[in-house]
Amino acid sequence: MRELINFGLDVAKTCGVTYADVRVEKVKIQSIAIKNGKAEEISDSESYGFGIRTLVNGRWGFASSSKVNEEEVQKIVALSCEIAKASAFLKKKDVVLSPVEPIKENYETPVEINPFTVSLEKKLSTLYEAEEILRKERDIKISQASMNFIFKDKTFASTEGTWIKQKIMMSGAGIAATAIGESDVQIRSYPNSHGGQFTTSGYELIDKLRLKDNAEKIAGEAVALLKAEECPSKITTVVLGGSQLALQVHESIGHPIELDRVLGTEVSLAGTSFLTPDKLNHLKIGSDIVNITADATIPQGLGTFGYDDEGIPAKKVDIVRNGLFIGYINSRETAAETGQSCNGTMRADGWNRIPLIRMTNINLLPGEPSFKELIADTKDGIYLETNKSWSIDDKRLNFQFGTEIGWEIKNGKIKGMLKNPNYTGITPEFWNACDAISNKDSWIIWGTPNCGKGEPMQVAQTGHGASPARFRNIQVGVGK
Amino acid sequence: MTHKEIEKISKKILNLSPADQTEVLLISQDSALTRFANNQIHQNVAEKNVKLSIRVIDNKRTGTTSTNILSDKSIEDALKRALEIANSTSPDPDFKSLPKKKQHKEMSLFSKNTAEYQPIDRAKEISILISKANREDLTAAGAFDTGSLTIGITNSLGIFKTASLTEASINTVFMSPSSSGYADSYEKDVKNINCHRLADLAACKALKSIEPVAIKPGSYKVILEPAAVADMLMYLAFCGFGALAYQERRSFMSGKLGQKITGENITIWDDGTSPDNLGLPFDFEGTPKQKIILIENGLAKNVVYDSYTAHKEDKESTGHALPAPNVYGPQASNLFLKNGGCSTDEMIASTKKGILVTRFHYTNIEDPLKTILTGMTRDGTFLIENGEIICGVKNLRFTQNILTALSNVEMISNKTELKQTFFGLCRTPTLKIDDFNFTGVTEF
Repeated sequence: MRELINFGLDVAKTCGVTYADVRVEKVKIQSIAIKNGKAEEISDSESYGFGIRTLVNGRWGFASSSKVNEEEVQKIVALSCEIAKASAFLKKKDVVLSPVEPIKENYETPVEINPFTVSLEKKLSTLYEAEEILRKERDIKISQASMNFIFKDKTFASTEGTWIKQKIMMSGAGIAATAIGESDVQIRSYPNSHGGQFTTSGYELIDKLRLKDNAEKIAGEAVALLKAEECPSKITTVVLGGSQLALQVHESIGHPIELDRVLGTEVSLAGTSFLTPDKLNHLKIGSDIVNITADATIPQGLGTFGYDDEGIPAKKVDIVRNGLFIGYINSRETAAETGQSCNGTMRADGWNRIPLIRMTNINLLPGEPSFKELIADTKDGIYLETNKSWSIDDKRLNFQFGTEIGWEIKNGKIKGMLKNPNYTGITPEFWNACDAISNKDSWIIWGTPNCGKGEPMQVAQTGHGASPARFRNIQVGVGK
Repeated sequence: MTHKEIEKISKKILNLSPADQTEVLLISQDSALTRFANNQIHQNVAEKNVKLSIRVIDNKRTGTTSTNILSDKSIEDALKRALEIANSTSPDPDFKSLPKKKQHKEMSLFSKNTAEYQPIDRAKEISILISKANREDLTAAGAFDTGSLTIGITNSLGIFKTASLTEASINTVFMSPSSSGYADSYEKDVKNINCHRLADLAACKALKSIEPVAIKPGSYKVILEPAAVADMLMYLAFCGFGALAYQERRSFMSGKLGQKITGENITIWDDGTSPDNLGLPFDFEGTPKQKIILIENGLAKNVVYDSYTAHKEDKESTGHALPAPNVYGPQASNLFLKNGGCSTDEMIASTKKGILVTRFHYTNIEDPLKTILTGMTRDGTFLIENGEIICGVKNLRFTQNILTALSNVEMISNKTELKQTFFGLCRTPTLKIDDFNFTGVTEF
C-alpha cells in the first residue's frame, strides 16, 4: 500500500499540484436488528477505496475510486487535477492552508474486546434476552433491539510528508418498545433513541449498557404513555435529560460553530450560522454556568480520534467559557482564512468523500448539584427525556425538539407522566436561561452516530458529554 | 460496469450459492458534484464506485452482505458470510419467497449528454448563476450534480433486470445580507437544465425579500410552492404510505382505507414508470413498479408493497422494495399530486392576507400517526395582502397536521414541477391552503 500511495503523490506532483493528499480506507460495518422476536436485519458490509485531494491553480479537486491499483491511481490523480482546474475557472482567491509540521504516526482506538470477533450467536442472544422482556407487556406491539459496529482502517499521506495510519472502532446498541393503542403510538427507548448509545470502544460497551435490566422499565413507560396526560402548552421551567441535552448541544451549538458553515460554504443545503465572526469573544451565548468544549481526545467519545483527515492531531478546544462564545471548530483552509490556529476537525465519511469540518465531542461541562438536588430545587416545571424529533432553522436559531416522555415536577419531586412533549426556543435565549447543570455523576458522553452534512451527503459520528440541566421560561407544548 | 459484466458476476454467485433462494444486487456509479458558494467554486468531487449486495434465504433464514471489492475471493467471502449469517438466525415464518420474474416497462433513462458531462461544463453553467448574482450584487451558492448509474438485480427464481440511468440536478441559493432566494432543477438530460431561468428565479426571490418584516405566528392562508409541497408529501409518504407501517398500525392509513382522510380535491399516487417522474422501472427486488393510487379524491385507497409485506396479506408486490436489508419497509418514492386548474398568479390575486412559501427546511415528524410535522420556511417567504406580494417576511416555524392541511386546500395550480427530496422524487403543483399553523418565528 505504501508504494501505491507514494505513487499517487508522485503522479500528483508531476501534474503541478501545490498540495495533494491521499486517503485509503477500508470500512467494515455490522448491523444487527431484531424486531418482535425475529431478525429484522443482520448484515455485514465492507467498502474499500481511495480518494485524492489536489490543489491546482489555487483551488481544490477531489476524485475517488473503489479500484485500488496503479493504473486507476494514475487516472484518478489526473481526474482530481482536471477537477481542480475546473474549480479555478470560477475562483475569487487561492486556497491557503495553515502550516503544519509533517508527522508520521499511528493511532488505534483502545478496545478490550474486538466486536468483529464476538460470535453472531452471542450478539443475538444478548439482543433477544432484552427484546423478549419488552414483549411481555401486552400493549407493546413493536419490540426492537439492535447493535451496530463500525471499524475504519485508514491511511493518510500528503505531499508535505505526513503519513498517518489509524484504526477507529465504534460500537453501539439499544432497545425500543412501541405501544400502540386505539389512536395513539408511543415509544420508549434505552439508553437513547435512534439506535441507543454509541462510543469509540469495543464489545465491552454492550455489557456495560445492561439492555436486559432496563427493558421492563421502558416497556412499562411506553404502555403508561398511552394513558398519560398530554403535555400542556405553557411557558415553564424545563429540565432536560442528558441524552436530549446532548442533541440540543449538537444542533444549537455544535453545528453553528463549524467555521465552514460560518463562512458560507454550506449555505445551499444546511445553511449558515448565527455565530458570525463578529460574535467571537463578544456574544454571551449562555449563562455564566455554561461551559462547552470541543474535545477529540476524550476517551470513548464517539467523536474521538487520533488525527483528523488533514493529518492534524486531535485537540481539546474551548468553545464557550462562562457563557462567552470563544471558539470555532475549523480546518486548515478556514483557519488560515480567519487567522486562527487549526484545531483539526476535518473528517470524511469514507474514502469517496472529501473531509469537512465535523463536530468532535462537543461537551457541555458538568455543574455543581447532583441530579437529585437539581430536581429537589425545582418547584414547578417539566422533566423531558429521550429525543423523538428535532428541527432547527438554517442559521441555528429557532429550534423545536420533541421527546419521548415528560414528567411534571412539583415541589422538588418528579410526578405525573406527560406524553407528546415538545419545546421550542431561540438558541442564545435558551442557553442564557440555563440556571443549573447537574454534576459529573450524571455526566455521560452520548454518541450521535448519524450526523448528516455536505453534498454528496456525508454521515459523521459525533459525541456530546452532557448531564441533565435546567432552563427557565421555556415554551412547551407547541401546537397543542 | 456493463450489463454483461453484471450478468457474469451475478450468475456466478447464483451458481455458487447453495441457499434455497439467492438475490444479487449490483450498483455501479460514476458521479460528480460541484459546489459553489460566495460566488466561487469551493468543492468539486468525483466518485467511481460499485456495490455488490448478496441476500441468501435458507430455510426461511436470511443473511445479507455487501462489498465493493469484486475479486473472486471477495465475492466468495461475501457469499460465505451471508450464508453464515443466515445459519445463525431463526426461521422467519412470514417469509414466503423472493419475487418471480415479471416483465417490466422499458424506459429511456439514460442521457449521453449527462454521462459525458465534464467538470469544466459544470463550471461554465455555474458561471451563469454567479454572473447573475454578481450583476445583482448578490452571492450565489449551490450544488450541481451529474452522474450515471447502472443497476442489476438477479435472483435464483429467474429475475435478471438491468438498467442504466443518468441524473443531473442543480440547486442554488442567492443571498443578499438580509434575504435569500432558491431555485432548482432535476433532469435526466443535463442539457435541459436552464441556468439562466434558475438565476432569474433565485435572484428575483432574494431581491423581493430584502429587509423582511416579522409577522406574528398564527394561522394563515398559505401558498406553498412545489418544493414546499414535495417536502411535506415525502414526509407523509415516509409516515405511512408503506405497507410495513400500515401492517404495524403505526401508519395514518391503518384502518382508514376507503375513508376520507383529506379534501376531495386531493389525489396522490406513486408511479415509478412515468416519464414525468424519472424512476427506475423496477424495484430493488426486480419487481416491475406499478402505478398505485394512494389517496383518490380524498379517500385513502392503497399502500405500497414489497414482496415480504405483500405475502403477509396474500398479495402481490407493487414494486416498491428498497435494497435489502431494509428496516423501513416498502416506500413510495415517485410521488405525484394531481394538478388543478389555476395559475400561481391567480392564487396570489385571490388572497386577501396570506404567506407564500418557497421551501421548507429541516422538516421532521413529531407524530407519524397524526401526521404532525414541524419545520422552518427558508429562501423566499413572502407576505401577501390584497392579492399582491407586499414584502418578504422573517422565516416562520410551522407545526401542522398534514392531513388537515390537505383537507384545507382551496386552490391547486395547473402546472407541476419535479422535485428531489431526501426520500425520492415528487411531482407536485403549488397549493393554496387555509388555516396553516405557524407556531414560531426566527430572527431573519
